[in-house]
Amino acid sequence: MTAPSPLPRPRTTSPVHRRGRRPWLFAAVAAAALLLAACAQDPDDEAPDPGADPAEEEPDDDEPVEEDAPDTDAAEDPAGTTVTLLTHDSFDVSEEVLEAFTDETGVEVSVVPLGDAGTALNQAILTRDAPQGDLLFGVDNSFLSRALDEELFVAHDSPALAEVDERFVLDPELGALPVTYGDVCLNHDVEWFAERDLEVPTDLADLTDPAYEGLLAVQNPATSSPGLSFLLATIDRFGEDGYLDFWSDLVDNDVVVTDGWSEAYYDEFSGTGGGDRPLVVSYASSPPAEVFFADPQPDEAPTGVIEASCFRQVEFVGILEGAENPAGARLLVDFMLGQRFQEDLPLTMFVFPVNTEAALPEVFEEHAVVPDEPLEIDPAAIGENREAWIEAWTSTVLR
Amino acid sequence: MTLAARPAGTRRGSRRRPRTRRWLATAGLLVLPVVFLGWFFAWPVTAIVWQGLAPEGDLELGVLGRAVTDPGVRSVAWFTLWQAVVSTSLTLLVALPGAYTLSRQRFRGRGVLQAAVTVPFVLPTVVVGSAFLALLGPRSPINAALVAVLGDEAPALDLRRTVTAILLAHVFFNYAVVVRTVGGLWSMLDPRLEDAARVLGASRWRAFREVTWPLLRPAVAASAAIVFLFTFTSFGVVLILGGPGRATIEVEIHRATTQLLDLPLASTLALLQLAAVLAALAVYGRLTRRAQVQQRLVASHTTQRRPQGRGERALLAANLVVIVGLVLSPLAVLVERSLVTAEGYGLDNWRRLLTDDTSTVLAVPAADAVRNSLLFGVSATLVALVIGTLAASAATLDRGRLTGLVDRALMVPLGTSAVTVGFGFLIALDRPLDLRGSPLLVPLAQALIATPFVVRTLLPVLRSIDRRLREAAAVLGARPLRVWREIDLPIVGRALLVAAGFSFAIAVGEFGATVFVARANLPTMPVAIFRLLGRPGVANFGQAMAMSTLLAAITATALLAIDRLRVGQIGRF
Repeated sequence: MTAPSPLPRPRTTSPVHRRGRRPWLFAAVAAAALLLAACAQDPDDEAPDPGADPAEEEPDDDEPVEEDAPDTDAAEDPAGTTVTLLTHDSFDVSEEVLEAFTDETGVEVSVVPLGDAGTALNQAILTRDAPQGDLLFGVDNSFLSRALDEELFVAHDSPALAEVDERFVLDPELGALPVTYGDVCLNHDVEWFAERDLEVPTDLADLTDPAYEGLLAVQNPATSSPGLSFLLATIDRFGEDGYLDFWSDLVDNDVVVTDGWSEAYYDEFSGTGGGDRPLVVSYASSPPAEVFFADPQPDEAPTGVIEASCFRQVEFVGILEGAENPAGARLLVDFMLGQRFQEDLPLTMFVFPVNTEAALPEVFEEHAVVPDEPLEIDPAAIGENREAWIEAWTSTVLR
Repeated sequence: MTLAARPAGTRRGSRRRPRTRRWLATAGLLVLPVVFLGWFFAWPVTAIVWQGLAPEGDLELGVLGRAVTDPGVRSVAWFTLWQAVVSTSLTLLVALPGAYTLSRQRFRGRGVLQAAVTVPFVLPTVVVGSAFLALLGPRSPINAALVAVLGDEAPALDLRRTVTAILLAHVFFNYAVVVRTVGGLWSMLDPRLEDAARVLGASRWRAFREVTWPLLRPAVAASAAIVFLFTFTSFGVVLILGGPGRATIEVEIHRATTQLLDLPLASTLALLQLAAVLAALAVYGRLTRRAQVQQRLVASHTTQRRPQGRGERALLAANLVVIVGLVLSPLAVLVERSLVTAEGYGLDNWRRLLTDDTSTVLAVPAADAVRNSLLFGVSATLVALVIGTLAASAATLDRGRLTGLVDRALMVPLGTSAVTVGFGFLIALDRPLDLRGSPLLVPLAQALIATPFVVRTLLPVLRSIDRRLREAAAVLGARPLRVWREIDLPIVGRALLVAAGFSFAIAVGEFGATVFVARANLPTMPVAIFRLLGRPGVANFGQAMAMSTLLAAITATALLAIDRLRVGQIGRF
């Protein structure tokens, strides 16, 4: 019916102008409806704002007029300004912690999640000429080299770095500053192994043992961040020459590959109820999370971590080149590296603080494992080879 | 009763003045749709594709050649095409009888079922995918039944990570498209036409084939086109149910854009996708060119009949089996999972969800999520209704090239990668107003997807209104406004409501590009579900399932209310 066909004309012809009137009326009604829609939207959209969140985006839209010259004024005293933090969807922070920052500095924080870590970084790169915010949190070591190659960040020698473990400072230019670290590790279903009197694997090489056939669920490194970390772990463990052999043995041993973390963890893994595989790629912080979110909380975590499989992830924050409020952004970076924010990390994002002074919550002290010597690969090497490694993995495992 | 159906294609007269006036009228009607489509679709998409193909400002066509000759790309394109064709055919096969049952047969619970089958539409793929995995895996009820009957030797049926799983999920998601688009028209076809054919000796089948089918064809073609575009751009279903070895063009665009930042590749794939979509729309246009007829539509409540005879009852039973088995059982899995607790079943997840006291910046209280979803849903529905009504009116008034072009252009967003549109927003919508962080962009983006539904639902009805009804009213002295109010509105009102229900479902379901529109301060139900699912802890999973159930329940209630809405004359049909 979209075709430009002749008008259907009944045999009894009638004045054509009559045909013309009805759609005009439709237009009038439609226009009225549009006005209504426009009117209805304004109050609706504004109403929830004041109480809902300290994050306010709308004023930005309404005031494209830049009265405060950002670099000079804001550098003197950023109090009263808003700083916009771009981040990935897994970011979170306690409200009271962020309020403490605003009380201290007078700077409001607007948090804008932009998808997963890779998506958030790519958005920041694409919009570098007109950034959507002042700083970006969530670039991890597997994407660090892309951010640095693109010269996305301006350096900031934060005084808070004094308390930060040097091992995590991977950008000597201090554009990307470390905020969190954590490990991607194999998790196992404690009860499953106990019931069958089967030993929990202690090394990645054990996984190709026929005793562990059909027990492992991993994620696709092309679509999942823990999946990529686990691939990198196997590359570090078996070397560039050996990892594909290991993976083809894993395929023979009936490994299952899912698209994302939640499918592997909730649909395939037996430790959380849904699936029937007792080994899954997850995080070192998953066991304490299982305890923390359970009601009532058990004495022992239902899942455990295989230390020899852990790959280290470090997440960075950086002030964006072209930020409107660099002074406010610097204050926020200092705050994010400081003790208060760092101590909030474990129970909001389930990662570890890089600040050596920050204390861990009890549930982490008791149930979390921090491997002494996690598997690691230099970010530059990851940046150089990521696509080739994923491509080779895809050919070996999926085709 | 006069003959109601009349084939199109009678010759056009040549009256100069009215034609000019009609042209102006059409152009006037099209202004808003064209501005809308241009600003929020064509411009962002062009911007991002251009940036990919001409990174330094000059077009580099080598990229195009590289991708087109890549065997990997070709196999992805082939898979995308055939799975979409098969999915569309399967959906039509299963849903057309369903459309009949839900629009023409009267039985207890019909209204509720009609709302329920639309619910899949709003659920996040990751949630539905998880339910499907439970139903298709080795521990499914089907396998449990097999074991019960055949003992432990029973073969374990495991459809996880197969094409079959993808196809089934596509039928599940798109069942409502056919039921609503076709059923909307079917419920208003005058049953006396078919009765007359039967009286004249035609068999039931022949009466359907020669009387009903030609009248329904535009709606069938429209729904087929929509289902094709949806399945052609399928993303989550393919990733989750098909396993990581399978990919559609959409999946590859997503990967190239969000992970590899390979814009040249993404742009090439986007062009490939666009070419396929345009080809499909051209076929669709050809199919429907001569399909439109004027007919006398009747009020839907007068066409429904209780199923009589064995055949009718068997049809009803078969459709109920399909609806329960395919559409309702995944929903039942969600409900069941929302009730699982550490000690058997209980309301723990629900209690936690509704009394959540975590005070983090991005935590989403359930009440806020519900309110925001409804807010966006209603706004997007209004936008889509306005744009869609204008475009449909123009297409009814004039069937020239321009109108046809706009009409088909409005369908293109359905078949365009959400990532392309979303990233296009990022680089194109910062001037003259920076809309990128604005919550206003959300209903606008959702309306991009909802508008074609409005047009497709309204157009068959608008075009089939017998002009002589209006003429008769005018002869009797009614002024144009009154004619419109008393003739057009009552007849179109029903279709408007159907379209509104659809638009609402689309908006509440967070379609496509809205994922890339940042709105930290207005999180919706799907956003809340993603947040919960992204965390370890059985309780979080349970709450995600409870939130999904809540989303399904609210959607079903809203749809039921919209379906039953009567505002004066609107909805009487």
